[in-house]
Amino acid sequence: MTFADLFHETIAALSANKVRTGLTMLGIIIGIASVISMVSIGEGAKKSIEGSIQGLGSNLLTVMPGVVQPGRAVVSAGRGSSQTLKNTDAEALRDIQGISAISPELNRRFQITAPTTGFNTNSTVIGAEPDYALVRNLITDNGSFITAPHLRGLGRVAVLGPTAATDLFGEEDPVGQSVRINKMNFTVIGTLQKKGSAGFFNPDDMIFVPLSTMQKLLSGDDYLSTIAVSVTDKDMMPIVQQEITALLAERHRVDLESPDFSVISQADILGTLTQVTTTFTLFLASIASISLLVGGIGIMNMMLTTVTERTREIGLRKAIGAKRRDINLQFLAEAVMLTFTGGLIGILLGWLVAFGVTKLGIVQTSVSLSSILLAFGVSGAIGIIFGYYPARRASNLSPIEALRYE
Amino acid sequence: MIEIKDVTKIYKTGDVEFQALYGVSFTIRDGEFVAIMGPSGSGKSTLMHILGCLDTPTSGTYFLDGKNVASLDDDALADIRKEKIGFVFQQFNLLPRTTVLRNVSLPLVYASVRGDERNKKVEKALFSAGFDRSHFLHHSNQLSGGQIQRVAIARALVNNPSLILADEPTGNLDTKTRTARL
Repeated sequence: MTFADLFHETIAALSANKVRTGLTMLGIIIGIASVISMVSIGEGAKKSIEGSIQGLGSNLLTVMPGVVQPGRAVVSAGRGSSQTLKNTDAEALRDIQGISAISPELNRRFQITAPTTGFNTNSTVIGAEPDYALVRNLITDNGSFITAPHLRGLGRVAVLGPTAATDLFGEEDPVGQSVRINKMNFTVIGTLQKKGSAGFFNPDDMIFVPLSTMQKLLSGDDYLSTIAVSVTDKDMMPIVQQEITALLAERHRVDLESPDFSVISQADILGTLTQVTTTFTLFLASIASISLLVGGIGIMNMMLTTVTERTREIGLRKAIGAKRRDINLQFLAEAVMLTFTGGLIGILLGWLVAFGVTKLGIVQTSVSLSSILLAFGVSGAIGIIFGYYPARRASNLSPIEALRYE
Repeated sequence: MIEIKDVTKIYKTGDVEFQALYGVSFTIRDGEFVAIMGPSGSGKSTLMHILGCLDTPTSGTYFLDGKNVASLDDDALADIRKEKIGFVFQQFNLLPRTTVLRNVSLPLVYASVRGDERNKKVEKALFSAGFDRSHFLHHSNQLSGGQIQRVAIARALVNNPSLILADEPTGNLDTKTRTARL
C-alpha cells in the first residue's frame, strides 16, 4: 500500500461521517487550544515579571535593614522599620572592588500637594543621590535629575515619577512649578519616563528629593532605608554580595550568621517569583491536559465504533489481500489524521486566544515555539496511543468472521 | 493446479464442535471449470473459504500450484489471496459510499500496482464486465443489483488471478456463476 493510497483511504473514511469526525476532533481542538493558551499565559506572566525585575536596574544588589528571609524576599512589607543603615555604611561600601555605583536611599510616605492645581496625593518620597538614576535605570523625560550641587546645598527640588506627575498636575507640565511636601515648598526640576510597575514596587508613583534634604528637613534623622549597589559584572555579584555582608557585619559588630541587615540580589527576587509563575504555569497546563486526555478518549471511542461499523469492510479488505499491517496502518492513520488536524486547528485557536488575551490587556502572553512543537507531538502521540487498540482489534479480525458480521 | 487431500474442518463454538468437512479430496487442473453443488449446510462455503485461502483446514493438505497452503500464516495467506485469487462473494461486499472505480482498484492498492498500470487494469476489468466510462464514478449505493454484481466480478478479475471463486452468485450471469480455474 502506497502512502498516496493510505492518504486517500483515510480522507475518504473520515469524510464519510463528517459530523462525527468534526465532533471528535473538537475534543482534541479544545484540549490543544487550552494547553497552548494556558501555557502562553503562564509564560507571558513569567516574562513580564522578569522584565520588570530587570527593569529595576541591572546587576543590582539591595542592602536593607532587618532580616529578610530568603525565599520570601521583598514581599514582606513591614520590613525596613528597624533602622541600622547609615550614610557612613554606604560610604564604606565604596571601597569594595567590582562596584560601579552606590545609591543610598531613604523612603518615607508623605502627603504631597500641588498648590497651583490644588491636587494632592499620598506617595513615597525618596531621598536620593545623583547615582540613583544610574543604579535604578531611570531616565528623565523632561528637565533633569537630582545633581551633586542640589545634594550639597540641601536643595529644595523634586523630580516626579510620571504617575505622581499626572496625579498632581494633570496634563500640565510640572517642571518649574512647586509642590508641597510636609508643608515645605519644593521646585519640580524634572519628570521621569514611564517604567511600569514591578508589582511590589512602582517607580512611576514616586517623588525624588536630594538625600541630604530628605534626612535633614523631611525625616529628621540620618538613617537609610536602602542602599542600592550596582555591580560592574554579573559574575561578580555573589562575591560582591559576600564582601558587602562581611564589611557591614564588621561595622555593625554583629555575627555573620545573624546580621541586622540583608543583602538581596536580583537573582533572589527573580528566583522566588519564577518559582511562583512556574507553579502557576504547571497548574494551568495540567488542567488543560485533562481536557486533552478527554479528547483522546473521544478519539478512541469513535475509532472503536468505526471498527465495529466497518467490520464487513475490514473482512473484505483482508479477503482481497490486505495484511494485518495494512489494516492496522489504515486505522492508525485515521486516528492520527484526526488528532493531527485537530492539533493544528487547536494550535491556531490557542494562538488566537493568547493573542486576544494580550489585546484585551488582561495578561501579556507569549506563545513559545516549544509549546507548539509539544502540542504537535502530543496530538500525534494521542492519535497513536488511542488509535492503537482499535486498529489492533480491526487487524486481528478473521476475514470470514468479519465478512459474516451483521 | 489445486490438489486437496483429506481436508477436514471443525468449527468450535465454546464446548460445541461442529464438523463441516469430512476428509474431502480432489484435484482441479489448470483451465478447468468446476461447480460445487450440494444442499445448504453441506459445507460448500467452508470449502470455498479454504480454497480461497480465507481459512485453513483443521487437517489435511491443500496444494495450490504445488505449494502447501494449509499451514501458512495470516500474512502469507494474504499474499496468496492478493496474487492468485479473485473472490466474488455471496453478498458482493462492495465498499459503501465509494466509486465503482475505487472499488475495483482496491485489490491493486494492496498488491502495490500503481499509476498507469493500475488504471489500465481497472479499465480493462470494468470494460469486460460491461461498464462504460460514464459509470466509473458512480457510488456503489447508486448501483442496481446487476451492476453491483458486475462490479464485484470486475474486482475479482482485475489483478488477473489464476483462480476465480464465486460463492453462490444468485444472479443471472450464466457464464461466470461457477468456480473457475482459468
